[in-house]
Amino acid sequence: MMLRNGSALRITSPFKAWIQRFTFLALVAGSLALMMLGKTNAPWVERVRSLVYDGTAPVLTALAAPVDATERLFANLEELVDLRAENARLKAERERLLDWEVTAARLEAENRELGKLLHLVPDPKISYVTARVIGDQVGAFVREVLIAAGERDGVRKGQAAMTGDGLAGRIAETGQRSARVLLLTDINSRIPVLVQRTRDRAILAGDNSNRPQLLYVKPRTELQVGDRVVTSGDGGVFPAGLPVGIVESVEDGVIIVAPFVDWDRMEYLRVVDYALGGILTDEPATADGTAARGR
Amino acid sequence: MRAIGLWHRLDVWAGRAAPVTLTVLLVLLGAVPLPLPFWQPIGPGYALISVYYWAVHRPTALPAPVVFLIGVLADFFGLAPLGVGTLVLLICYSGTVSQRRHLVGQHFLVVWWGFMMVSAAGFFIAWAAASVLAVRFVDARPAFFSYLVTLGAYPLVALLLARAQRSFAAAA
Repeated sequence: MMLRNGSALRITSPFKAWIQRFTFLALVAGSLALMMLGKTNAPWVERVRSLVYDGTAPVLTALAAPVDATERLFANLEELVDLRAENARLKAERERLLDWEVTAARLEAENRELGKLLHLVPDPKISYVTARVIGDQVGAFVREVLIAAGERDGVRKGQAAMTGDGLAGRIAETGQRSARVLLLTDINSRIPVLVQRTRDRAILAGDNSNRPQLLYVKPRTELQVGDRVVTSGDGGVFPAGLPVGIVESVEDGVIIVAPFVDWDRMEYLRVVDYALGGILTDEPATADGTAARGR
Repeated sequence: MRAIGLWHRLDVWAGRAAPVTLTVLLVLLGAVPLPLPFWQPIGPGYALISVYYWAVHRPTALPAPVVFLIGVLADFFGLAPLGVGTLVLLICYSGTVSQRRHLVGQHFLVVWWGFMMVSAAGFFIAWAAASVLAVRFVDARPAFFSYLVTLGAYPLVALLLARAQRSFAAAA
């Protein structure tokens, strides 16, 4: 018995090693091919990836549930501790915001009147879908997150994803119940923006750090630290005027932007459905419902 | 008699499938958004830790084609651009398996040192491939930081994997 095994091994060993080497090389070639396919965004790669996300979305949601509960508990405790200070702060803020409300109402009325005089075409109506962030793919080479809403919730490729603070990224891929969001800090992210004060157009380009750069700014543009950067609406997918960030530094023509989004506390994302070019939500009622629940 | 045989076989199969299952679970766990310091940068590193661990301790349980599939999954969940993480895991796996005799049965520190070498090579290849794909030099600092954090997380993850391995060995 042992002899037979031994001789079998001796015969098969070189063959086996050859097979193993061949398999390894084939797999290396396979991963190189995957790189090419990934780089060119082959449609079936996208389909396989959305299928995997759709399949794992329930698992990820389940894994995130205890985290969620613990987080809420701590948040509650923290809130209890500084209830008084928070109350005082909110009262002061309310005073300030009341002033703003009056100003905003006045400006809105004025804007409407002026728009009427100029026969301005109104912006398309914007609706939101709010979804939980269930997957966090932020690493050294990739900056993406996965959200628990997909095509059946009205999420479409290319839409803007925001937190309460500002623009976070855009939908790169949609499955039935999940979608991949390419954050604006990803090296592949390019977003048409506008500097609010000077009305200069530029492209916000990510580089896998927390601070994206402004590219293609007109030469001799006088940008200042602290200038607000908003989406320009060029390309027609994003609404114009979504808050993005502020100019953090201008050095040797390198303009760094600090986004408004707090990357460490991105629990929910609001997907902006800008009803342009026939992209409409299937169920507006559901979209509004989730929006109300999320925020 | 037959029932015992069946259960035994199930146990053996569970033991054999454990490395793959644990690796996939670690990849998914790494993708869960947690507001903990150092959680984000390790997330993608779990796949590398697990593949290295099993390449040293049970390479037969994680054959190269399976490593390839795990690599694709890990890339979907943010290890690196598609194909890059797959390549890195494959190279790290085959490198580790070829040097396995120097690592197996050694003191933990030696195995950790091995991981330090293998993962350094892995992160460098990932950085180089990501740079080629982006057609410019990708900032190496986040990669270096991820490398350090992953290296620091290795003992804890390896401990958990060792526990799991022992419990499956006891069952089989």
